[in-house]
Amino acid sequence: MAITRIASPKALDKLRTECQKEQQKHPRKLMVCCGPGCLANGAAEIVSEFKAQLKKKRIKGFDVEAMKETGCHGFCEQGPLVVVEPQGTFYTRVKKKDVERIVEETLRNNKIVDNLLYTHPIEKKTYRDYREIPFYKHQKRIALRNLGHINQCDVRDYIATGGYQALAKALTTLSPTEVIEQVKTSGLRGRGGGGFSTGRKWESCARLAERPHYVICNGDEGDPGAFMDRAIMEGDPHSVLEGMAICAYAVDSSEGYIYVREEYPLAVQFLQEAIREAEAYGLLGDNILGTDFSFHIKISRGGGAFVCGESSALMRSVAGEVGEPRAKYIRSVQKGLFDKPTVLNNVESFANIPVIIERGGKWYARIGTEKSTGTKAFSLVGKVVNSGLIEVPMGTTLRQIVFDIGGGIRDNRPFKAVQTGGPSGGCLPESKLDLSVDFDTLTKAGSMMGSGGMIVMDEGTCVVDVAKYFLKFLVEESCGKCTPCREGLYQLYLLAVKISEGLATESDLGKMEQLSAVIIDASLCGLGKSGPNPFLSTIQYFRDEYLAHIRDKRCPAGVCKALITYEVDAQACDGCMACIRACAVNAITGKKGEVHVIDQAKCNKCGACFAVCNRHAIKVA
Amino acid sequence: MNHDLSKLPDIFARYPREPQSLIAVLQDIQKEFNFLPCEALKEAAQHLDVPLSKVFSVSTFYNAFSLNPKGEKVIRICMGTTCHIRGAALIQDQLESKLGINAGQTTSDMKYTLEVVNCVGACSMAPVVIVNDKYYADVKVNQTKKILRGG
Repeated sequence: MAITRIASPKALDKLRTECQKEQQKHPRKLMVCCGPGCLANGAAEIVSEFKAQLKKKRIKGFDVEAMKETGCHGFCEQGPLVVVEPQGTFYTRVKKKDVERIVEETLRNNKIVDNLLYTHPIEKKTYRDYREIPFYKHQKRIALRNLGHINQCDVRDYIATGGYQALAKALTTLSPTEVIEQVKTSGLRGRGGGGFSTGRKWESCARLAERPHYVICNGDEGDPGAFMDRAIMEGDPHSVLEGMAICAYAVDSSEGYIYVREEYPLAVQFLQEAIREAEAYGLLGDNILGTDFSFHIKISRGGGAFVCGESSALMRSVAGEVGEPRAKYIRSVQKGLFDKPTVLNNVESFANIPVIIERGGKWYARIGTEKSTGTKAFSLVGKVVNSGLIEVPMGTTLRQIVFDIGGGIRDNRPFKAVQTGGPSGGCLPESKLDLSVDFDTLTKAGSMMGSGGMIVMDEGTCVVDVAKYFLKFLVEESCGKCTPCREGLYQLYLLAVKISEGLATESDLGKMEQLSAVIIDASLCGLGKSGPNPFLSTIQYFRDEYLAHIRDKRCPAGVCKALITYEVDAQACDGCMACIRACAVNAITGKKGEVHVIDQAKCNKCGACFAVCNRHAIKVA
Repeated sequence: MNHDLSKLPDIFARYPREPQSLIAVLQDIQKEFNFLPCEALKEAAQHLDVPLSKVFSVSTFYNAFSLNPKGEKVIRICMGTTCHIRGAALIQDQLESKLGINAGQTTSDMKYTLEVVNCVGACSMAPVVIVNDKYYADVKVNQTKKILRGG
């Protein structure tokens, strides 16, 4: 199709009507989720099989164009997902062999393939329409509004849903100051975790006389256990571009960068395609929508360094240098990229902007709590029944998220903690489940909002091990520039290792607390300043578990290798020899049909026997 | 070791000739050769007018770069938080003992490189192991043989 540049906001209206008409050609649509989770589970195969089947079967009113390859639909746990709209028929764990049946039964004969529907694991209720499923019912989607509903990389799809309307509105009816006012009124706070007012950040930049001004989108998403930004960049890249363009108009910038992790090759590819398309349509580049406003976006691929999520480190990395942060008293709004005034916002923040401009700051401010307005996307993962990508109004409680949306803990095990805020965050115990999820409440409780990873832990998770894990992560990711972070976190890690090996004394806990205080006080950037959090929040709520490791030389969760043994439960063992075959060090003996025995002297505690035993006869003591 | 540097001009042509392009150029060199050959670094330094010492510091700072050649198959074990609490460390043990190398190393026959990565953003599928571009989801301790076979 020949692309004509959109020469005016009116022309955009015309194009939108045209795109909507294109959509109406197919009253029913087939959405195949191609989000990170579904792709990892074989969604690409499903897509090509649908293409082949649709070509072969020739269903009336339904051709290949009625199929969309969408971004993350959210319910990754059940992937690969296939949804038939507008009915919302929701097929889960779809395999290549199911495709023909979906085409024949659902697309040709309007029947539902029952065994592919979602059944709630506890209520045993089967749902035909995904909107009724508790996982979706309790959500409210703004930043993730288009995910699962439009073709990942299709600007016409985005325009049909009202895309780039907000940019047109800003350019034609609002002054830059009025745009900033709307964003300030919305109360939007930085979704990368900092929680700084987005409107005020824009305002500080806009006021500076020095030129040029830069706009950067932080798509580094370094927190392990978080994939919201990845899902948005891959599933709805135009919403990010539109948000950035609106920002650029507000702060008078003509050049922007998106900093994306190397580990997200698809995000890089889709953003590149989206930029190219937007430029071809005149929605980015020179004279956007026929106005005087010009804005160019380049992509900068990160090199895989956690510290580059920090603003000053990120900007140095964009400039092609080593990503070392600098002291905080120089604000990056004033001296950012190439030492020029720079606005740096996170992917999710930018994705919210078009909706705020279109519906007004006041509308957005009514959602959520007074000081944390709007919604927040989370990746709800870990030992929870329904894991996936969610978005809820701020102020939703942890309990609602973990139990109503997440469906509680896998295998009906007791809940232990929920970890938020990535390596800089903390673990909150059951007694904190009724806390409202917003910036200030989580910080007060000793954790933080962070970018939105929410990792649920059950009794089989050891908090000492979790603290050790995060400390190791931070030691490896510390850039090494300042001593408290480089050396302090390493010593903290060594002490955590000592505890996990049962070699620590109670005085070591005191040392750790003291050391933590110094690291927090004396580190240069956020990485060091929040580095001790994984230890501090776990010792605050789970001191008993630390003491069990120290006093009783016992790991209650059965995780710390030095403190556990694997044993065969003679009652449960049926002598199937599966564990004997699985053991790499020949530590298990026994004949078929007889109870097996583990030789503790030989056992390297690799856990293979535990994993293969179908009768749960291997016990961890 | 000599490497075919004839592809370098191609890579250089993709980006503006300025120091700012250093990381992007190195990423493309890494992709082309599977590591950063010393001779290529020297040429990149000269082309972008960046001191070789700085090229070295950037090459060693970022996890994406490797100064050592990688094996035919690069096995990446995701060590994100979710993968960790769902047993990724046990899988790492298995792969290390089966291959006889530690994470970060390459087998002497240059067949396998074993790496640990922070998070690949596929947390609902944890624990995840990726071999070149193929994802293995919800990996169990006893599936490592299958992964090495490429099944």
